[in-house]
Amino acid sequence: MSDSGSLVKISGLNFSYDERPVLRGIDMDIPRGKVIAIMGGSGCGKTTLLRLIGGQLKPTHGEVQVAGHAVDRMGHDELYALRRRMGMLFQFGALFTDMSVFDNVAYPLREHTSLSEELIRDITLMKLSAVGLRGAEALMPGALSGGMARRVALARAIALDPLLIMYDEPFTGLDPISLGVIGQLIRRLNDALGATSIMVTHDIHESLAIVDYIYFMSGGRVVAQGTPDEIRASKDPFVHQFVYAEADGPVPFHYPAPPFGKELLGKGAV
Amino acid sequence: MTRVTEWVSGLGHVVNEKIARLGFAARFFVMLLVYSGQSFRRFPLTIREIYFSGVLSLLIILVSGLFVGLVLGLQGYETLQRYGSADALGVLVALSLTRELGPVVAALLFASRAGSSVTAEIGLMKATEQLTAMDMMAVNPMARVVAPRFWGGVISMPLLAAMFSAMGVFGGYLIGVVFIGVDDGAFWSQMQSSVDFRQDIINGVIKSFVFGVAVSLIAVFEGYDSTPTAEGVSRAITRTVVTSALAILALDFVLTSFMFRGL
Repeated sequence: MSDSGSLVKISGLNFSYDERPVLRGIDMDIPRGKVIAIMGGSGCGKTTLLRLIGGQLKPTHGEVQVAGHAVDRMGHDELYALRRRMGMLFQFGALFTDMSVFDNVAYPLREHTSLSEELIRDITLMKLSAVGLRGAEALMPGALSGGMARRVALARAIALDPLLIMYDEPFTGLDPISLGVIGQLIRRLNDALGATSIMVTHDIHESLAIVDYIYFMSGGRVVAQGTPDEIRASKDPFVHQFVYAEADGPVPFHYPAPPFGKELLGKGAV
Repeated sequence: MTRVTEWVSGLGHVVNEKIARLGFAARFFVMLLVYSGQSFRRFPLTIREIYFSGVLSLLIILVSGLFVGLVLGLQGYETLQRYGSADALGVLVALSLTRELGPVVAALLFASRAGSSVTAEIGLMKATEQLTAMDMMAVNPMARVVAPRFWGGVISMPLLAAMFSAMGVFGGYLIGVVFIGVDDGAFWSQMQSSVDFRQDIINGVIKSFVFGVAVSLIAVFEGYDSTPTAEGVSRAITRTVVTSALAILALDFVLTSFMFRGL
């Protein structure tokens, strides 16, 4: 058993898609009961990291431990047993479109428990009530707004009272009200369930308001980390560029290209 | 010289990719069979797919069967009466349908109607991360989504082909007996004496079962293996219809040459 204070422990993690390195030497320690944000620009490997924690991908080198067990060394049944204790909220909810809101939230309960239908109904309504959508139980996913779909998916993710909740870009494409609602729900549900949350996002202001600790990633590495107060006060050029949304800085505005002058005067120039 | 090398290496790359995909499809089929047990334990899931693939395909199958039978009746009568054998119309219609047209045309229609929709459904579930979400909830998508759709298709196909043939015989009867006036008794009795249960009917059922396996496997595989974008799903649907049609016709030739070699 690893450090009893941390639920997820990542050490020396490397991951490559084919030959292309995506993550290089990541070390993270995620304590129980906390809400952690992993931030960084698009394509920096944040979502890949979540998939490695969930055991959907296997590290090229290094290790991911969840509750003291190395995820990549687990067999199929062991991994599924662990996943029953994990909840995951996908970027656009990933609700099952052929089922109503109620059936979506009841789905993990029906699949993994032998509870009576009455009890499943009570639990499902409690979960829906926690995200404020008890009245929407009969609606189909197609009839929901983006924010509502995200809340239903959140209710489904917490249906089995997970130990670990993972959020993949929970704020993308939401209006300011829905964004605030989701942010508050993430914090409140984490504390009420005694869970641990890992949130992958690039929404800096909402994250600073609700999380306990932030990791910044760039180019597959952790480039900065700290509590929200430390991040706000940081002089690190990357963090500064990110927090103040500057177009150019350590993360360049231009995609790598040969010198412009040379290209204009090169082949095809008139 | 470089061009030739490039061309050869390009060709090699394409062939390599195709073989790798075929290998993946074979592994996929084995996994599908492995997880079928789990899916059979919850048979209502398969029944739901039999409804979507089979029952909802009934209209197109029955109407097409009727028209094919009407055409066979007309064409068959036109040829047979030249030789004074119009009474054999029932035999001609029944044999053409049970041996060939029933299984083949029903399978082609099934691939376009049900195969394409299965590919689209699985492809879109993949594109909207529903399959990943299921896997993260410790529910195996192979057992929960893929296997029921596969077996739903395999069970529906022979039943649809049988209904297609029955409807076709009725179409032939309508044209031959009701409209043209071929002798009613001769139509049915010649059919009864010439159509062999094992040689014709069972072989037709075996064909439609094989086509059902081929079409359903292609449909679920293409959906599962599709690129998770709008373009990727649309390509996968096209591949389902085209590959299924080619597989049906090629398999039909192989099966026919085995089944009727002594004739």
